[in-house]
Amino acid sequence: MLINDGIFSQTELESILPSPERMKKGPVAIIECIQDIPCDPCVSSCPSHAITMKSGITDKPCLDHVHCIGCGLCVASCPGLAIFIVDMNYSNRSASLTVPHELLPIPKVGEIVAGLDRAGKAVCEAKTLKVIKSKKYDKTMVITIEVPKEHAMAVRAIKAGKGMGK
Amino acid sequence: MSRKTQVLVVGGGPAGLSAAVVAAQMGAKVLLVDDNPLLGGQLVKQTHRFFGSSARDAGIRGYAIAEKLCEDAAAVKKNLSILMNTSAVGFYGDTEAGILSPERYEPVSFERVIVCTGAVENSLNFENNDLPGVYGAGAVQTLMNVHGIRPGKKILMIGSGNIGLIVSYQLIQAGVEVVGLVEALPTIGGYLVHASKIRRLGVPIHTNHTIISANGVEKVKSATICRLDEKFQRVPNTELEIGCDCICLAVGLSPLIDLFQQGNCRMFFVPELGGLVPLLDVNMRTTNHRIYVAGDASGIEEATTAILGGRIAGACAYESIHGVDDKAQAIIADANEELKHLRSGSTGEKVRWGRDRLIKEIAVC
Repeated sequence: MLINDGIFSQTELESILPSPERMKKGPVAIIECIQDIPCDPCVSSCPSHAITMKSGITDKPCLDHVHCIGCGLCVASCPGLAIFIVDMNYSNRSASLTVPHELLPIPKVGEIVAGLDRAGKAVCEAKTLKVIKSKKYDKTMVITIEVPKEHAMAVRAIKAGKGMGK
Repeated sequence: MSRKTQVLVVGGGPAGLSAAVVAAQMGAKVLLVDDNPLLGGQLVKQTHRFFGSSARDAGIRGYAIAEKLCEDAAAVKKNLSILMNTSAVGFYGDTEAGILSPERYEPVSFERVIVCTGAVENSLNFENNDLPGVYGAGAVQTLMNVHGIRPGKKILMIGSGNIGLIVSYQLIQAGVEVVGLVEALPTIGGYLVHASKIRRLGVPIHTNHTIISANGVEKVKSATICRLDEKFQRVPNTELEIGCDCICLAVGLSPLIDLFQQGNCRMFFVPELGGLVPLLDVNMRTTNHRIYVAGDASGIEEATTAILGGRIAGACAYESIHGVDDKAQAIIADANEELKHLRSGSTGEKVRWGRDRLIKEIAVC
């Protein structure tokens, strides 16, 4: 359980995941924030008004997956670095995954990085597709990688640098 | 000749700076003293982005909040004098304090004082806890984020509150390996998004564990941890030795209260607020009516609530000298409204309960 070891259990994950039908339709945000904490920047970051908090700032964010267009603006808005974008339609075999990143080294587009799961285990290699460094994002980088489809819901961080890809 | 001011503010962290800025904006003559070389208190070491409402500083990194508060202070410098590297060491009677700078010790006479001294770190008893390489989290942050020095190469973090989680993350960013995080409780104390952030970078989180000893001669070579049962007793034969050259203690904070005790403020023990705190009313006034309080010194919370509490204390201290004022009333009402939202919900429960106890207690005294 998340509260015991920092890792989402399957049950906890199921409460926030979009439906399989929505996953098939293209990029969508996954908000891995299931605790009532006083924080709300994701709400105003969403151009589709798809993120709401029912009972004010200390509530959990609730994402309307139908209205989410997967634009990724919420990813860098989250001070908890808890929002990811998954596009299962990236290609036949691979999905694209967008993660927030605040570590050195910064991978270059095309570079192979290690995909780390929620426990920090390297589960696959991933190709860097896009690196956004924006003044607006205040030093949080938004990085999109290509991962094998079966790892798209497992990988949540990357490790770049020597020896990460072959 | 003795220095004179209307409002003396002790401490230039988020609470003290906010209190000083509001009181000076309203028109009071304010003197702020801080024993550090830099204004901003703990904010200057916070490189992570803050939570909170988009209406106030959410998503902004801690040091940027400090910069913003310093700009606000610079804008009211006509009414606000600031002395750095200067501590307030005690009160003489009701209207005088002694302040100590590297140059001199001098008295300051004041009409009101707002004490925003913050908190001190708690320590932990274990074998060899005085071995070089055992640090408090504040020291690790100061070394790393103020002076740019890594405290070690491999570090074991003790405590899973927000400080333990955030400092672990900052250590990883600085290139230090965090070999584990140890927590005596069965559950993680801080925000779970912070925990996930370090977990997915490979930091094992050992809940139900405690540190037994730091090992090494002259410096830390390893740490021994063991499992705790539900009564917090060590479970035999569960010892685990973890190699590290640094052990970082992030086991909570206690309000820094010496000035209140010396100023004869009634104190009250509220575990939910970090221990002994001065009794205070809704105006942030203690039982000594010249002494106001804001920030962690009034109960352990975080920077955003410290800023809001400071604004209330600054406005109330001004009004107590100059009489009721519409602008001050508006500042107080806005801050109270924001505080209510920030402390609502399940994560604010403990603090809410602690604050309610204080207000009830002062009502009967």
